[in-house]
Amino acid sequence: MKYIDEFRDGELAKNIVANILREAAGDKSYSFMEFCGGHTHAISRYGIADLLPANVRMIHGPGCPVCVLPIGRIDQAIRLALEQNVIVCTYADTLRVPASDNLSLMRAKARGGDVRMIYSPQDALKIARDNPGREVVFFAIGFETTTPPTALIIKQAADEGIPNFSVLCNHVLTPAAITHILQSPEVRQYGTVPLDGFIGPAHVSVVIGSQPYEHFAHEYRKPVVIAGFEPLDVLQAILMLIRQINAGRAEVENEFTRAVTREGNLKAQAMVSEVLELRRSFEWRGLGEVPYSALKIRPAYAQFDAEARYGIGYKPVADNKACECGAILRGVKKPQDCKVFGTVCTPENPLGSCMVSSEGACAAHYSYGRYKDIEVVSA
Amino acid sequence: MSGAVKKGYVRGLDIKNGRVDMSHGSGGRAMAQLIEEMFAAAFDNEYLRQGNDGALLPTAGGRLVMATDAHVVSPLFFPGGDIGCLSVHGTINDVAVMGAKPLYLAASFILEEGFPLADLQRIVHSMAAASREAGVPVVTGDTKVVEQGKADGVFITTTGVGVVMDGVDLSGANVRPGDVILLSGSMGDHGMAIMSRRENLAFDVPIESDTAALHHLIAAMLDSGADIRCLRDPTRGGLATTLNEIAKQSAVGLTINEEAIPVKPVVAAACEFLGLDPLYVANEGKLIAICAAGDAEKLLAAMRAHPLGGDAAIIGAAYADPHHFVQMKTAFGGRRNVDWLAGEQLPRIC
Repeated sequence: MKYIDEFRDGELAKNIVANILREAAGDKSYSFMEFCGGHTHAISRYGIADLLPANVRMIHGPGCPVCVLPIGRIDQAIRLALEQNVIVCTYADTLRVPASDNLSLMRAKARGGDVRMIYSPQDALKIARDNPGREVVFFAIGFETTTPPTALIIKQAADEGIPNFSVLCNHVLTPAAITHILQSPEVRQYGTVPLDGFIGPAHVSVVIGSQPYEHFAHEYRKPVVIAGFEPLDVLQAILMLIRQINAGRAEVENEFTRAVTREGNLKAQAMVSEVLELRRSFEWRGLGEVPYSALKIRPAYAQFDAEARYGIGYKPVADNKACECGAILRGVKKPQDCKVFGTVCTPENPLGSCMVSSEGACAAHYSYGRYKDIEVVSA
Repeated sequence: MSGAVKKGYVRGLDIKNGRVDMSHGSGGRAMAQLIEEMFAAAFDNEYLRQGNDGALLPTAGGRLVMATDAHVVSPLFFPGGDIGCLSVHGTINDVAVMGAKPLYLAASFILEEGFPLADLQRIVHSMAAASREAGVPVVTGDTKVVEQGKADGVFITTTGVGVVMDGVDLSGANVRPGDVILLSGSMGDHGMAIMSRRENLAFDVPIESDTAALHHLIAAMLDSGADIRCLRDPTRGGLATTLNEIAKQSAVGLTINEEAIPVKPVVAAACEFLGLDPLYVANEGKLIAICAAGDAEKLLAAMRAHPLGGDAAIIGAAYADPHHFVQMKTAFGGRRNVDWLAGEQLPRIC
């Protein structure tokens, strides 16, 4: 595959790894958080952690969209499907996220709810057009990457006057989550989470640009390197972070120049701000209430806002007590520190949200890396 | 199948505009007519012609192998095949990977009221052609009709029987450390062909299903004299899941080399686009063979000499591992677990 294989070249990887080993030599330790689930997945899938020296540690961040979705939000979608008889459309990973009463959207479907998996929000709009006698709700989740398509279909639905369509909007914002982590007591006061820098998001940054991260570099003195999701991107970003630290710099650097500019996609940003506005606060799984961290539908488009349309209030629900997803999402714990990891909680029967998506820290470690936790027989 | 209807007194089935209705499953004259004009006409053979409730078959020497497979694929017609030929190939392959020569098939149809007879005929003709080409006749069958909305067009269950010659002993439990893993060809073609035609996903790429009957390839492999431990067709769950099944059954670890696994560029690109891993995508005309290390080259040559094994490759080996992990050396230079498929990658693939 042209333009992809080049970024998975094992020979080039050896060169970068050799540079990392040389430049990270010495007693200094380096702890970097990869914010995005896409990076978490690449690190696990390509065995990148194996290639790094022991003093360079990667911490998985909260940038996996289904991982940070709180139980209460999924409960809302399930109620719409089971009690209001609406067609609920959503992305595949969202279907398996555990919710209250031992339900998930997939289990709600087995109980008779009309829940449909879609690949694009345009499909949700099409389902609404094709079923004029039914109410159709798009259960929208994700970071800035998936937000513009949601804004677009709301605008399209308004322009076309589609009366049976609405959106349950749960879009969240990356910079707010990074601020929250940097402000957390584990990072600021106790120092239990050593955090020397961030690998910045790939696709999110295509939309929002590199500018929003400059605040973290200037105010918190943490270097940020925006990187693509291919394994060479990740390795190169780690090397760039090490170089910044060694030189005492804290800047925003862009490894992903083939797709990210400082300003980002202005057209997409304009579309989003036309249709959506900031929520005062939003609950994240693992992080709790985070101020100004999510988006809701503007009053001008209220008829397409499922929350208003069906009057479904939000009721927060506590995570299972044994589940460590919260600590894992904040970088305080690793998947294997959780007592239920791989025992009660597996990808087939996830107890916590991090075990659901292949971008989740637990699912990635379970699928690709768990052999490292036990005495391994080398092949 | 039973029932004979006198020609001349009965108006023929309206294949062009007709649709399946409840009477086609009622046991009466309409059903007899459907069976005769649709199924018996297409599958015609001496055993089916007996017209009894079951087929009376001559037995052959050796041990009997029996396998059954229900087919619910959506869409019914896809690039490279349809539910008809798929239902023949799938069951023949399940019998053949046991090392058996497939002899007979039984076919059971669940039809949805309202299904166009023209589409049914297309499916039945494709099935009959596949069965004839494979030399494995459909000797008995059944038809049921359910109300509209209770099924999705056509579901077909096929059952196959075959015989295994003395001295052939293939099982997923036979693999030993040191054995070598071979693959007959490229991974993921069937799954991505189906995916490319799904209503909500349609993308225009020239990917055809690899649906094919593998018994002739398998016969050639057995004839090569190689010490084969196990054959498996990696259908649902793909190569990754099938290897995990074998590792568990044989209580060994398996290791594969990512660079050695054949994947067509167009399939790799489509998987990349949809975020799928070709190792988990279904195949319908490929097999995994595991054999004694010393016979690997001989077996590879036999596979490559057959049209369905032209891209065959050695992809890995078995080793002693109490955890029965499947591991992969990645093209990037790292090593990782290749786990069982979790959840559902693509429903109704076959």
